[in-house]
Amino acid sequence: MIAIIDYGAGNLQSVKNALDNLKAESRITDNPYEILSADKIIFPGVGNFGDMVKSLEKKNLIDVIRGVINDGKLFLGICLGLQVLFEESAESPDAKGIGIFKGKVKRFNTNLKVPQIGWNQIKVCRENKIINGLDGNFFYFVHSYYVDPEDDAIVLARTNYGGEFVSGVCKDNIYAFQFHPEKSGEDGLKILKNFAGL
Amino acid sequence: MLAKRIIPCLDVDAGRVVKGVNFVNIKDAGDPVELAEEYNKQGADELVFLDITASHDKRETMKDIVKAVAKKVFIPFTVGGGIRTIEDMREILKAGADKVSVNTAAVNNPKLISGGAKRFGSQCIVLAIDAKKKDQSWEVYINGGRTPAKRDAVKWAIEGQKLGAGEILLTSMNTDGTKGGFDIELTRTISSKVGIPVIASGGAGKLEHFSEVFKNGKADAALAASIFHYNEYKVDDIKKFLKKEEICVRI
Repeated sequence: MIAIIDYGAGNLQSVKNALDNLKAESRITDNPYEILSADKIIFPGVGNFGDMVKSLEKKNLIDVIRGVINDGKLFLGICLGLQVLFEESAESPDAKGIGIFKGKVKRFNTNLKVPQIGWNQIKVCRENKIINGLDGNFFYFVHSYYVDPEDDAIVLARTNYGGEFVSGVCKDNIYAFQFHPEKSGEDGLKILKNFAGL
Repeated sequence: MLAKRIIPCLDVDAGRVVKGVNFVNIKDAGDPVELAEEYNKQGADELVFLDITASHDKRETMKDIVKAVAKKVFIPFTVGGGIRTIEDMREILKAGADKVSVNTAAVNNPKLISGGAKRFGSQCIVLAIDAKKKDQSWEVYINGGRTPAKRDAVKWAIEGQKLGAGEILLTSMNTDGTKGGFDIELTRTISSKVGIPVIASGGAGKLEHFSEVFKNGKADAALAASIFHYNEYKVDDIKKFLKKEEICVRI
């Protein structure tokens, strides 16, 4: 069973719909026990960095997330669910991220329109089952901020928007993407299917 | 590179897609879910459903459609028409839509934009503007294009962004329905004055119209209805053409 973490906002149903379509069993939940006992975890997020951290704190989910990650459970962060894994964000300078990864979340500094909304290509930086065969393909992005990891070794994919930014990371059991696989058509479903099958 | 988006629009009346539809492989040409799947297969980047249901009590059906579409189609979609309150927004988003578009209600109550953006995020809020040329500028029209709103379209677009709209869906009433091409001047003017994406709408009739609106109109996305409904072109015909014209599209 895949637990989809419900922190109180965001379009979680679309992640669940995609998993249902792939016949992967999942449940939307904010129950720490259910999350801790799931086989795999998906952590989606939209909106504001600080608000998300606050909601997670209120629901006592920060330690739960650290716990499942430390247990080695397969973990997939999406959009803000990627950003919150880092230490801090320019969006909410006073909020502290979960800090699984070292680095900051920065705002796009470009002449292009912000937020970036639409389909953009990913450049796969290293071999990984979750993303094999998807180099150069398009995925759906909606964001004004991007992650800047200290450790280059965790970078799985990059995307160009007025300059290159990190659109995917992976370390051990943790995967996280800036784009929305649940809204990226067949290629997005492929990533979720690969994750469910890992 | 970020791709230019092609967005088919479906007008829904009491749960059925209206305007003639004649796809070959569709069993029920008026079923919004089947049509959404067909457009998805053709390579649509997003979909827009416009609820034109006149009677209020039949509006519930739109939510059921949204739920059904969200289970079958895994690309973003927007729902517009008849969204007047934050609660209307919440219900449509909760049913599975990714974005809501507001038009008349936002003109009458601009706080709807800021309230929606604060509650659900700017990425959910699309400001739809119907504009008509008046002397050297463009005037906003509301109530399905029937009533002049005594507002300047360019200023309204800028204000919409400030209020928190994440995108502008811009329909030219001068070109809409003409099949003579998008309103390049209007689209370029607004797109260069706002920092959020502009979806151009109204006037698509030929492949060249799409390349024009991206190259000269500076549009981020192009929306069309009848060109797809009457099966004159499929979404992938347009994208193949655009690719040849060296415009970045998702194929």
